[in-house]
Amino acid sequence: MSSESLVLFFIVGVVLVGGAVLFSHFVAPSFSKSPAKFEPYECGIPAQGNAWIQFNVGYYLFAIVYLIFDVETVFVFPWGVVMKEIGLRAFIEIVIFFLILGLGLLYAWKKDALKWV
Amino acid sequence: MPFNIYDFSGTTKAVDQFLYSTMSPTWAFVVELAIVGIIILLVYAVVGLYLVYAERKVCAFMQNRVGPNRVGKWGLIQTIADLIKLLMKELVVIRKADQLLFNIAPFILIIASFMAIAAIPFAKGLQAVDFNIGVFYMMAVSSIGVIGTLLAGWSSNSKYSLIGAIRSGAQVVSYELSVGLSLLAVVIFSGSMQLSVIIESQANGWWIFKGHIPAIIAFVMFLVASTAEINRGPFDLAEAESELTAGFHTEYSGIRFAFFFLGEYMNMFIVASLAATVFLGGWMPLHIGNLAGFNHVMDFIPPIVWYFGKTVFIIYVIMWFKWTFPRLRIDQLLTLEWKYLLPINLVNILVIAFIVLMGWYIK
Repeated sequence: MSSESLVLFFIVGVVLVGGAVLFSHFVAPSFSKSPAKFEPYECGIPAQGNAWIQFNVGYYLFAIVYLIFDVETVFVFPWGVVMKEIGLRAFIEIVIFFLILGLGLLYAWKKDALKWV
Repeated sequence: MPFNIYDFSGTTKAVDQFLYSTMSPTWAFVVELAIVGIIILLVYAVVGLYLVYAERKVCAFMQNRVGPNRVGKWGLIQTIADLIKLLMKELVVIRKADQLLFNIAPFILIIASFMAIAAIPFAKGLQAVDFNIGVFYMMAVSSIGVIGTLLAGWSSNSKYSLIGAIRSGAQVVSYELSVGLSLLAVVIFSGSMQLSVIIESQANGWWIFKGHIPAIIAFVMFLVASTAEINRGPFDLAEAESELTAGFHTEYSGIRFAFFFLGEYMNMFIVASLAATVFLGGWMPLHIGNLAGFNHVMDFIPPIVWYFGKTVFIIYVIMWFKWTFPRLRIDQLLTLEWKYLLPINLVNILVIAFIVLMGWYIK
């Protein structure tokens, strides 16, 4: 099958989830309309405030370091495919590439960017 | 119709020709899609439900219990009964939640796992889509699932869900790197990203044996990183029951909850089959170099049995992790990735490049 048929897998996923949820709407009972039921769970006490707050994510720096390394992975995959054919030159280039990247990781490490706060 | 348990490409071709010879091309295409869709749906449902059962049995075995044994023989239809029960449960939607995102989240999770299944080679000729960038595609698609997790946590408007989702996000993006780099090891060895080519390249031995120690390191790294990526085992911080109730799916009920549960097990199946395909030869029987007699005996076992055997073995190992190691803290988790796995992986890639350069691996 060609890659266009990936749409099929998308459709099957939609049909499975959508169908089951729709079916559940018909067979599942809904008795109680008590307002407490539709509150978010918080250990049984009434929920305090909203959860959509400004959250100190703490992994802002992780996200940046991740971005660098993820782009690097994307770069390195095509290199991996042709590594065998090119040989020595590819090896020297990847050593230089990884040295620069390693320095970057070392810098982030020393700056405590890899520490969860 | 030719049917050969050792090679399915004849069967699929025969079905294709039969359909195109009996009806117009448009209809044949539609019927073909319908057949594949139904097969995939069935495989998905059976694998998902029986993985849940397997998990409960393995867990019971490790904790010296019996596990489910009442519904059906050995409790075999326990999960089907559970599914029916969950279907009949009320779907509660939190009034303060973002209704649209709350409803979309399970769709994204399940669709991502369906798209990943599309590229898995189950046996020779039994692969829906054979990309020339298969490994890359699997990585890309399987990481879409985390968007579902994040949406579920954020849209629920509950603090537990939010914390679970944020943790899951940090964890998945971090471990994504190690998954990619350890798969790169085999891409360098085999010189291709196409899954079927990678499997063919293991005809005289699996990469875990042919690639010496670096390949074994890459395999172990892949197991650890992918266990973290699917939020399982000692890394299940996103749904840490003891602290976050149920993490990102706290507010989900009924069948929507079931889909999050199913999605987790299907992700486990996907990473296990990726590990089996890339490191352990997929459906390729165990071959040792030029030992013709031994190879011939191994060829008698059908490829699909080999594929499922390896996948189930890796799934068992991942379950084993879960029931033996205590859960990590979030800072330990990130330290493990950034200060141990990632540097080891980078060095490992260089070692593999050197080995390939010198030709020191078994070709």
